[in-house]
Amino acid sequence: MIVEAKNLTHLYGSRTALDGLSFSVAKGEIFGLLGPNGGGKSTLFRILATMMSPTSGSAHVAGFDVAAHAAQVRRRIGVVFQTQSLDRKLTVGENLTAQGHLFGFSGADLRARAEQSLEKMRLTDRRGDLVDTLSGGLKRRVEIAKALLHEPEILLMDEPSTGLDPGVRRELNDHMQELRANRGVTILLTTHILEEADRCDRLLLIHQGRRVAEGTPAELKAKVGGDVVVMESDSPVGLAEKVKVRFAVEPHVTGRQIRVEIANGHRFITEVIEAFPGAIQSIALHKPTLEDVFLDETGESIS
Amino acid sequence: MSSSFWLPVYTLWRRDLIRFWRERTRVLGFLGTPVIFWLIVGSGFGDMAYFFPGTLTLSVMFSALFSMMSLIEDRREGFLLSMMVSPAPRASMVLGKVLGSSTLAWMQALVLLAFLPLAGFSVTPLLLAQLAGTLFLIAFAFTSLGFLFAWKMDSTQGFHAIMNLVLFPLWMVSGSLFTMAQAHGPMQWLMRANPLTYSVAAIRRILNPALTDGSPELRLSILVTLVCGVALWLLSTLVAGSKTTRSQA
Repeated sequence: MIVEAKNLTHLYGSRTALDGLSFSVAKGEIFGLLGPNGGGKSTLFRILATMMSPTSGSAHVAGFDVAAHAAQVRRRIGVVFQTQSLDRKLTVGENLTAQGHLFGFSGADLRARAEQSLEKMRLTDRRGDLVDTLSGGLKRRVEIAKALLHEPEILLMDEPSTGLDPGVRRELNDHMQELRANRGVTILLTTHILEEADRCDRLLLIHQGRRVAEGTPAELKAKVGGDVVVMESDSPVGLAEKVKVRFAVEPHVTGRQIRVEIANGHRFITEVIEAFPGAIQSIALHKPTLEDVFLDETGESIS
Repeated sequence: MSSSFWLPVYTLWRRDLIRFWRERTRVLGFLGTPVIFWLIVGSGFGDMAYFFPGTLTLSVMFSALFSMMSLIEDRREGFLLSMMVSPAPRASMVLGKVLGSSTLAWMQALVLLAFLPLAGFSVTPLLLAQLAGTLFLIAFAFTSLGFLFAWKMDSTQGFHAIMNLVLFPLWMVSGSLFTMAQAHGPMQWLMRANPLTYSVAAIRRILNPALTDGSPELRLSILVTLVCGVALWLLSTLVAGSKTTRSQA
């Protein structure tokens, strides 16, 4: 296991950010930490990235304890922050050189590494550009190139897709897949974006610092089972009660919406409309998403 | 020491220089204040020479602290994050940052040496070399002090407050405006306890070795400045390296 967290707990004063979290990540996985903002993801990320020590519990990254052997861990992780960590007044190439020096590389070795990193992220023609002049997607790619310079075993990425438009997100994901396939790099990312989570090999869902569920996206969705039907009604609570009695299901009400998980949803739709004519304003069916998994487990939505 | 110590020092130093060069117009404005002070007060009292050492010190103080504000920017812009998660030793990061800012402050003070003839001093290579060396020590001490302040701050406003409420008063009782001999008893003690007095005295004694105004001796002055600088740098390293359960950036 390249990442192993045991009973991680972190308090900010009296507020509990992480509450006895345990999980592990296998080498070569793309592993996602999915949860709403403020759910403890960032705290977990900071601990794994050696930026702070947990209140209790332990985390090992690439075989070293993050609190006791931070320097060893730092040589083996590449960190991509949600906020920018580049020097905007320097060029792309200068940023990579500075990063290399911080890691103790110099001369021909450093030049070769910078060249390789730029190539991997297809940034070779941007070497002389000032970071300030780059688009958001390009900056994120430079961040990754920078994080790859010392050939880390594992890449830690905090909300890599946030602030990027969908096209750039897909491209970024292709880059991640490529890194994993060609370099065997393990990727651990935090996200609250469902499409991004869907592309991970395995996910840990966290809520209020606790583990909600863990598994592949397919496994997690299979837990929901069948279809999800969402109805809108002017009197959702009353209707939900009637639906519950009539169809022997467990409807969840949020606002004007009633959510029902049921096998053979298409048959249910016709039946429910005929059973309560005029009471349903709209009705829709979808295959379970990670949002449904999260709703099921916590009663709250991710975003 | 190994390259893993000196490379980060070098790269952070170089980075500050490059950044300075790319935004030089913004930074050079800071030279104006000490020069204007000197021209007005010096000609007002009819003694350009007396106020010159204080002016140099003030300029180093301003530009050193102003340069160190880049640490607050580094934190805000995120570059500090990359430093924090790199394996570079904290001591070398702090040294790189402090040397970068010291160099910038020092170069700006060197520009002011062009006014030496106007202050009535005859310029010799030896004098220039002595002044340059001393000014660097002063710059190093001020930037280390600046680092200590800037480390805990996330806005530059607090920095201005410290400059105006702490450092400027200290500068006023450093022998820049009146001599030790002119001062009353308690003020004399205050001046003797003020580290800045020794910076000003060092410059004053280099410019005029035969001085009899009660300023501390040259060797003592240099020593105090050096010790202050090194102590503040070590303290900065300690503060930046302390383990935390709070996020540092």
